[in-house]
Amino acid sequence: MSQSENLQQEIQGTSLSDYGDSAAWQYLKWGSLVALIIFLIVIPHYVGAYYQFVLSLWAVTAISAQGLNLMMGYAGKVSLAQGAFMGIGAYVSTLLVQNWGVNFWLAMIIAIIVSIIIGAAIGFPALRVEGHYLAFVTLGFNELVVLFLRNEDQWTGGPLGVLNIERPSIFGYSLFEPTRFYYFTLVMLAISSLLVWYMIRSPWGRAFKALKDNPNRAESLGLDTTSYTLMAFAIGSGLAGFSGTLIAPLVEFVEPNQFQLLKSLEYLLMVMVGGRGFLAGPLIGAFFAEVLPEWLRFADEYYLIFFAIFVMLLIRFFPEGVAGFGKQIRRTFFRQTSPQVQGEQNA
Amino acid sequence: MAIFSQLLIAGIATGAIYALIAVGFALLWQTSETINFAQGEFVMVPGFIILSMMSYFEIGVIPAFLITLPIMLFVFGYLFKKILVEPLIPYGDFPLVIATIGLAIMLKEGAKIIWGANALPFPEVVSDQIIKFSGVRASVADLTTLGIAIVIIIGLQLFLTRTFVGRSMEATAQNPDVARILGIDVDRMVLYTFLFNAGLVTVGALLITPSYLAKFSNGETLGLLAFMAAIVGGFNQVRGALIGGFLIGIIENLGAFYISSGYRTAFPIVLLILVILFKPEGLFGRKEERSI
Repeated sequence: MSQSENLQQEIQGTSLSDYGDSAAWQYLKWGSLVALIIFLIVIPHYVGAYYQFVLSLWAVTAISAQGLNLMMGYAGKVSLAQGAFMGIGAYVSTLLVQNWGVNFWLAMIIAIIVSIIIGAAIGFPALRVEGHYLAFVTLGFNELVVLFLRNEDQWTGGPLGVLNIERPSIFGYSLFEPTRFYYFTLVMLAISSLLVWYMIRSPWGRAFKALKDNPNRAESLGLDTTSYTLMAFAIGSGLAGFSGTLIAPLVEFVEPNQFQLLKSLEYLLMVMVGGRGFLAGPLIGAFFAEVLPEWLRFADEYYLIFFAIFVMLLIRFFPEGVAGFGKQIRRTFFRQTSPQVQGEQNA
Repeated sequence: MAIFSQLLIAGIATGAIYALIAVGFALLWQTSETINFAQGEFVMVPGFIILSMMSYFEIGVIPAFLITLPIMLFVFGYLFKKILVEPLIPYGDFPLVIATIGLAIMLKEGAKIIWGANALPFPEVVSDQIIKFSGVRASVADLTTLGIAIVIIIGLQLFLTRTFVGRSMEATAQNPDVARILGIDVDRMVLYTFLFNAGLVTVGALLITPSYLAKFSNGETLGLLAFMAAIVGGFNQVRGALIGGFLIGIIENLGAFYISSGYRTAFPIVLLILVILFKPEGLFGRKEERSI
C-alpha cells in the first residue's frame, strides 16, 4: 500500500464502533452524554426566551447535520443540497397546513417522505458514477430548488415566502410558547439521534464500516455499494426534510434565501468541524454554527470567514475534526487493551 | 430568425467565456485531481480588483487588467497551489474538496465585506454598439468577447499540442507517473497549470463582468456554470470542457429567451443531469478505467 493510501485510510478510518474501549473511556463517554442531556433539560430555567430560541435552532440544525453526516461520514460522498432538502421539508409541510388544512403531524410525515423520494431520485444517477458527481448534481439541484421557490409564486409565495406560520400543538397542548417549543425540538433531536445511532449499529451501518475499510473487498463479498450509498443519501435527505418541517414553525416564516447554496455549504463545514463519522460530530458542528456566533457577536459578518478559515486549518492539521480530538485523547490516555484491537492496529 | 441568430451569437460569446473558465477547471483536475469549488470565486475576485485598480490609479480597464493579471497569477496560481493544494494532496481528494469549498466561502464573504453587497457596474472592453450584417444583428461587445476568447483558446491548444512545455503538461495530465519516468519535471508542470488557470479566470473576469456586473455572489453562478460545462463536455479532456462551455452558453441564452428568463440557470442543470444519467464521462470525454 502506498503512503498516500495509508494516509487516506488514516483519515477515513474514523471508526464509530467502540470495540476495545476501556471501562474508563466508557464512563467518560456516557457520563458526558448524561451531563449534556441534564444540561439541555434544565437550561431553560436559567436563560431567557432568546437563548431558548437559539438552542432550538441548534437542535433543528443538528438534525439536518446528522443527515449529512450519514452521507459524508459513512459513505464518503459530499452532498451540497442539504439546504434544498430542508427547503422542501419546510415548504411542503407549511403549504399543506396552510393551503389544504392538513394536520401538522401528517404534513410533517408527508414532507419527510417527499424529501426521501426526491433524494433517491437525485442520488440515483449521480451515484452510479465514481467520483464527486453527487456533489455537482446536488449543487445544481440546490440552485434548481431555490429558482423554483422564487419563480413559482402562485404556490410558494415567491421571493417573499410564507409569513405567520403557526406553531403546532400536540394533543391540544399548544407549543407556541418558546420553552415548550424548545423542549419539542429537543425531543425531535433525541428521536433523530436514536434513529442515526440505531442505523449505525444495524447491519446496514456495519456494511458501511466494511465499505470504508476496503470498498473493493466489500464489493467482492457481495455488498451492493451503490444501493447502500443511495440509501444513506436518501435518509440523509429525509432528515434534512425533517429538520425543515421544524425550522418553519420555529422561525415562523419561510423564504427561498433560507435554503440557498450557502446554507448547504455551511452544513458541510459543520459536519467537517464536528468530525465526520462521529455521532457527536453534528451536535458539535451545529454548536459552532448556531450558538458560538451568539457569543462572538463582535465578529458579526466576519464570523463565516473565520469559520471557513478554521475549517481549512482543521482539515490541514486535524483531518478528523473536533470529535476526532476525543479519539486522540482516547488513544493517548485510555490505552486500548483488547488483543484483537492490538492486532488491528498492527495490521 | 434574426432574434434567434442574435441570441445564438450572444450565447456563443458567453459560452466562450464559460469555456475559458471550464478549461482552467479541467486542467487543474487533470494534473492534480483538484476539484476547485472556488473556481467561480476565482472569477468574481479579479473583477473587483480590476475595478479597484481603475479607481485607485485612475486608468482604463485594459491597463487595470494588466496590473491585476500578475497579482492573480501569484495569488490564485502560486499561493493557491503552495498553501492549500500541495499540503492536502497526500490525503486524497475529499479534504481538498472541503478546503476549496471553505476557500469559496471565505472569498465570497470577504468580497462582500470589502466591496459591499451591491452590484457595481463594470466597463466593456469596447463600446457596446449593435452592428447589422445582412439582416443579422450582433453587438460589438459580444463579437469582441468571442474574438478574444477564440484567440486564447486556439493559442492554448497550439501551446498544449505544439510546444515542448505544452506537451509535457499534457503528458503530466494524462499520466503523471509515466511523465515522471520520461524525465518531465511534473511539479513544475502542475505549477504551470495552476498559473494557466489563474490567467484564464482573470481573462474570464475581464470578459464576463460587464454583463454580470461585479457582485460578491457571482462566483456561485459562474462556478456552477464552469462545473457544468466541464462535466457536460467531459472534464478529462480540454476540448470537452471547451465544447461544454459553448453548449452551456447557447442553451442558457436560448432557454432564457424562449422558455423562461427566471429559470435561466435551470436549463444547463437539466442538461447536466441528463448527461450524468446517460453519458457520465461527458459528451466528448473518454471513459476512465477503474483501478484497484
